[in-house]
Amino acid sequence: MLFTSYAFLGFLLVLIPAYYLIPKRWQWPLLLAASYLFYAAAGIKFLAYILVTTVTVYAAACLMEDNLLRQKAYVKARKEELSREEKKAYQDSQKRIRLRWLTACLLLNLGILAVVKYANFVISNINGVLSAFSGAGRLSFMTLALPMGISFYTFQAIGYLVDVYRGTVPAERNLLKFGLFISFFPQLVQGPISRFGDLSRTLCEPHTWDGRRVSFGLQRMLWGYFKKMVIADRVLAGVSTIVGSPETYGGAYALVGMLLYTLELYADFTGGIDITIGVSEALGVVVQENFHRPYFSKSLKEYWRRWHISMCNWFRDYIFYPVSTSKPMQKLSKFTRRRFGERAGKRVPVYLSTFTVWLATGVWHGASWNFIVWGLANWVVLMASEELEPLYGKFHGRFRVEGKLWYKIFQVGRTFLLVCCLNLFDCYSSLADTFSVFASIFTTGNWYVLWDGSLLGLGLSMLDYGILAVGTLAMLSVSLVQRSGGIRERIAKRPYAVRFMVWYGLFLVILLAGAYGVGYDASQFIYNQF
Amino acid sequence: MSETTKKGQALKIAVSAAVVLGSLFLLQKLLEPKYVDDVVEGAFVAEYYQEEKDFDVIFIGDCEVYENFSPAVLWQDYGINSYIRGSAEQYIWQSYYLLEDTLRYETPEVVVFNVQSLQFNESQREAYNRMSLEGMKWSSSKVKAIFASMKENENFLDYVFPILRYHSRWSELSGTDLQYMFQKKKVSFNGYYMRVDVRPAENIPEGKPLADYRFGENAWSYLEKIAALCEEKDIELILIKAPSLYPYWYPEWDEQVREFAEEKGLTYLNFLELGEETGIDYSTDTYDGGLHMNLSGAEKLSHYLGRLLREDVGLSDRRGEADLSAVWTEKLDAYEAEKLAQYEYYGMEIG
Repeated sequence: MLFTSYAFLGFLLVLIPAYYLIPKRWQWPLLLAASYLFYAAAGIKFLAYILVTTVTVYAAACLMEDNLLRQKAYVKARKEELSREEKKAYQDSQKRIRLRWLTACLLLNLGILAVVKYANFVISNINGVLSAFSGAGRLSFMTLALPMGISFYTFQAIGYLVDVYRGTVPAERNLLKFGLFISFFPQLVQGPISRFGDLSRTLCEPHTWDGRRVSFGLQRMLWGYFKKMVIADRVLAGVSTIVGSPETYGGAYALVGMLLYTLELYADFTGGIDITIGVSEALGVVVQENFHRPYFSKSLKEYWRRWHISMCNWFRDYIFYPVSTSKPMQKLSKFTRRRFGERAGKRVPVYLSTFTVWLATGVWHGASWNFIVWGLANWVVLMASEELEPLYGKFHGRFRVEGKLWYKIFQVGRTFLLVCCLNLFDCYSSLADTFSVFASIFTTGNWYVLWDGSLLGLGLSMLDYGILAVGTLAMLSVSLVQRSGGIRERIAKRPYAVRFMVWYGLFLVILLAGAYGVGYDASQFIYNQF
Repeated sequence: MSETTKKGQALKIAVSAAVVLGSLFLLQKLLEPKYVDDVVEGAFVAEYYQEEKDFDVIFIGDCEVYENFSPAVLWQDYGINSYIRGSAEQYIWQSYYLLEDTLRYETPEVVVFNVQSLQFNESQREAYNRMSLEGMKWSSSKVKAIFASMKENENFLDYVFPILRYHSRWSELSGTDLQYMFQKKKVSFNGYYMRVDVRPAENIPEGKPLADYRFGENAWSYLEKIAALCEEKDIELILIKAPSLYPYWYPEWDEQVREFAEEKGLTYLNFLELGEETGIDYSTDTYDGGLHMNLSGAEKLSHYLGRLLREDVGLSDRRGEADLSAVWTEKLDAYEAEKLAQYEYYGMEIG
């Protein structure tokens, strides 16, 4: 059930009124039923995957917490009898049991993810190696459909499991409530990857009808639909034409494709998250923001603090910190400090940990070498920026440019172009195409296509470009206004007639200028299959 | 909340709802295609509802009926009151539901069905679905027709609220869209689409051999349904194959229809084989190289059918009915005026 389908709108049209009309104690069970219905609409067989994750993570978390409680009770009861060493030995033995539960559950769930998402990628690489040695046999590919949002809910479940293991959140004892945390339908499609501590606060609480909150939620959804249907789905035709034939569309075309793809990705992903947050808000559930005006970032490091925030935080908390503070890393740090000095001793663990994070980020994004190289390219740029920091400092000191508007604009533009270039790995299906297309931008010299009408042969008419330009300007304006406070709050202060015209006007724009229905390819959200 | 505030709130909601519904209604009316200029075929189905429904003969089918038979000739020379319910590439399930729809208003004595549409077992193009279905008045027949016709990329809601289908037409609106927003002009003559120009048939391609000459099960089931419905309502069903040279009508197809007609005791006329009797001359009677008849061809076929309906079927001459005659006098005037206008447009001598 796509967010942009009539079925989804009908689903909400029934769910939201029913949610506020039934007794409050039935609200969260209704959400659970609605979430499973939503998931089953993508294919009833996929329910098995999410149920396995739900039950195994729930059980492992309860077992770990039970063990911890037993351990505490045991130690408390024998406070006087046990020596310090005996107490520590007992605690260590119990921790090992909990670690075993954690590891088993992680292996199972990551194993499921690995098989459905990466098995064919591994097989194709093995076949590649085998074919290098003539006569070697070939492995056949697996026919497994990727369950909707499996990367999102698996990571969300793992985050919860690790938090319970660390003792930072209590285990949820109600299997159905936990099931809702994993399957809450607005965030199943493309995240964000919520923390149990954040989402559970409002997810299972009773909610009273609040007209302002519901209308704010609907307004947020409307804005999301504008981004998705007017911009992302419209630009898709041009991007598909350019990316679909890299041998034809190189040079200036590739540059245009790169910019259009960056626009599509932003409108698609942030639009989807707007819908997620809007639906949740209408239901009284608070879902964390996943973007913070990322294209206003002045560096790549800042960009990754503002783009797909929940994913970046997840990798920071569950990969970067554990890896960088692990015993082998500490040993390595000591070793390098002894051999190469204090500076290297500090950096090697950080660089290796961030390498792991970006490798994992690349792998998470998709089963292809392009995504892996994309992740590592980000790592290289980030580390290079880190190394060049002193040089930047000197430059800023010498020319006193920091804080000046034109320099800020330069930094924002530079970061935007860098992100566009890195996105090329995401656009094309092979590394060879990516590199050759990128090189063609500088070598082809077909700049005339920018003004001789060739761009009108990409599946986008003059009118489409006009709508995209106005739509982009609207997104930019809203982002600029948002820097000094929420736009919905500002509009809410205006007279009723103004509010009505703004929101009904936006609805009409989506209705009339949206790229939907016969004649347009219904496009899934880009992050749907992650 | 005070009484005044409550009233104010209610007024705001009422005004907002009126603005929303009113503007959406007007937008939908504006954006819907009007089918009065270039592609007029989409207007035929709806025109039927403006008629006094008392027809002796109802033609059902695709372009092979609405371009090949002239109800004006059937009235003028034989006193037969007839109407054509056909649109471009009208699929057989659409024909069935259009017949069902027609029977909600009247029960004709004869239904003439053109069998060419048996070649399609499923809808081929959304545009043709639209032209056949949009004009139908809402009824269970229309709902069933939509579900039977929809292609994978179509949605029922798009038929209920056409603005969802035509939302992007604002970029191609013309004065016609404003002019015919609420009232459309008639473009057919009792469902007949008139063309007087001539393009002789030349180089008609032979049909390519098919792997399987059997009609699809779905299509065939609707032929059975049409026959059953006519039998139930005591209507004489006449199956015809219009004399269109292309798309190719295979002998194997013809054999299946002939056997069906024999089995059910129906009349089947293959006009491709009745050239001598009808007098069709493919050098003068077609306007598009043999695909469809022009006025001359349509009038020849109508004469043949008129004689058959009067002599063999026994339909009576109704020209003595004053009210009906008055209606037809007006229609025939319009028919003749259109003839003259087209002869003048194409620079032809009046035939």
